[in-house]
Amino acid sequence: MSQPTTPGGGQWGELKHPRANNSQALAILGKIVRYVLLIGLAILFLFPFYIIVRNSLMTQPEITAFDAWQWWPESPQWGNYRNVFEDDAISMATGLRVSALLAIVNLVMQTIFASMAGYALARIPFRGRDIIFFLILLTLMIPGAVTFVPTYVVVSELGGINTLWGIVVPGLFNAFATFLFRQFYLDFPTEIEEAGRLDGNSYFGVYWKLLLPNSLGIMAALGILSFISSWNAFLWPVIVGQSESTRTVQVVLSSYLTAQTIDLTRLFAGAAIGAIPLIIVFLVLQRYIVQGVRMSGIKG
Amino acid sequence: MSASTTDQYQTVKVPWYRRTQAEASLAFILFVAPMIIGLTIFTFIPIVWGALISFSEARNTVSIGDWVGFDNYSAVLGNPEFRQSLRTILVFAVFIVPITFFLSLVLAMLVNSAGFGSAFFRSVFFIPTAISYVIASIVWKMGIFSGSAYGFANMVWYWLDENAPVVAWIGETDPPYYWLVLVTVRLWLQVGFYMILFIAALQEIDQTLYEAAQVDGARLGWHTFWTITFPLLRNTSIAVLMLNFIAAFQAFDEFINILGGVGSVGNISLARPPLVYLYQIAIQQQDYGRGSAGALILTAIIVAVTLIQGRLFGFGSKS
Repeated sequence: MSQPTTPGGGQWGELKHPRANNSQALAILGKIVRYVLLIGLAILFLFPFYIIVRNSLMTQPEITAFDAWQWWPESPQWGNYRNVFEDDAISMATGLRVSALLAIVNLVMQTIFASMAGYALARIPFRGRDIIFFLILLTLMIPGAVTFVPTYVVVSELGGINTLWGIVVPGLFNAFATFLFRQFYLDFPTEIEEAGRLDGNSYFGVYWKLLLPNSLGIMAALGILSFISSWNAFLWPVIVGQSESTRTVQVVLSSYLTAQTIDLTRLFAGAAIGAIPLIIVFLVLQRYIVQGVRMSGIKG
Repeated sequence: MSASTTDQYQTVKVPWYRRTQAEASLAFILFVAPMIIGLTIFTFIPIVWGALISFSEARNTVSIGDWVGFDNYSAVLGNPEFRQSLRTILVFAVFIVPITFFLSLVLAMLVNSAGFGSAFFRSVFFIPTAISYVIASIVWKMGIFSGSAYGFANMVWYWLDENAPVVAWIGETDPPYYWLVLVTVRLWLQVGFYMILFIAALQEIDQTLYEAAQVDGARLGWHTFWTITFPLLRNTSIAVLMLNFIAAFQAFDEFINILGGVGSVGNISLARPPLVYLYQIAIQQQDYGRGSAGALILTAIIVAVTLIQGRLFGFGSKS
């Protein structure tokens, strides 16, 4: 705020630390530096989004113009977005359908399977329970992406190559989510559960009427994370779903990028179309996503 | 603990079929069944099958039985491309892990201390997490670091010096700065994720510790960071390092999309990570024996590193 009248001096009786005024000025300076840094970094982080929007609205010559960078297209080419859907050989519409199916089934089933198993492991007495829990924990040690070769072998034996189930089903069984749900249900007050049992409910009844409604927060958090990661998944969909009817959005976009001649307008409009659903999900449900990320942090 | 709760039920009026141990067992089995069946088919059987097929000659076939001993393993380990891929990913991890760690911690501290606008900045740094590697690769390869005479990076080059030659970031046979492209794209995508972990940890720190330090004459800043903040972030730091390392070791998407192509070879020989190598021999060349052998070698490396790291940092002993 104001400069100290006498350098380093507070007045006698004010009980100020000699450095107080000085450090106040320092604090303000620090604040300014922090905000300058934050704003600069924010621009840097938002820049790729700007590039997607800018290029998706330009003509090819405008994108590739070298010595005349345009910050914004002279006349935005909204038709680029329509053109993405007019390519019949590589259908973006199919891609969106497959990705939506993949992401929604993951959101629902991954969460349900994990919470069911987590509940049983936490609360239902069973002799082999510890062994089963140990087996599930064991799979956490194995890095998921690395096992894609053996999993591909098994799925192809089962006839899952170039089928929708082959893309979707192998990813529905999440051991780590099971572990998190088990932790959550272990902390769930036993009184509520016991009251439910005394009302004559079966284990399923207790789960359905009491535990499920009370775990919607963790379900939303983990469900949305699995929605995002399955929408964005590339390795598994690209090896299992190469046929026209089983390509996800990511596989379609990747085939644009690696085509012989790249149509830049279609590439960027396609990228925008692939990103928009997730940006909406992200902005609307950010609270749950943050919660889910925090939970997955304990994996380390 | 749950055994005692079931005992309590026996004293209350409950229909007989609800009282028995059988009900609990049946319920347990039904609840766990989907997860166990799924993990069995898509995790346990593949690992066993993969282990068996890695000892078999299995080109263009996924059947087991044509035993060849350790031939696949020695072929993979002896393959210069595979060994090069291990070196590549090690170099990649050496760059990406510390930079991600540092940047996500800095972002977390900036956001955490921002006060006004803190939620906005957190969202801005976090939102790239929602974007796929494929889309980010499109932006990096064709929008920013183009190999031809366009793209933002070359534009900046041009502004700085009109006569400067165009930089082939990833384009030609031997682009000089392709590492910059690969490291920055992953940084942009993942830093926000780890920032969230650090913010969570920072918010758990008891603020009275800083007040006490100030009373003792310490000034907030460098000193209190090293004596208070950093030690209390220990568990989160270890988690961030391990998650990040494991993720880096499994890099695939950005390498194949930026350097190569699903159908084409492109520039992938510049920096071929192990997963791309496995993809090429197992999926493209359909040599499942070698592919599985390579997958198991890689799994063993990651598990070993995880265990060593856990032992080094005494993970699990939360003090």
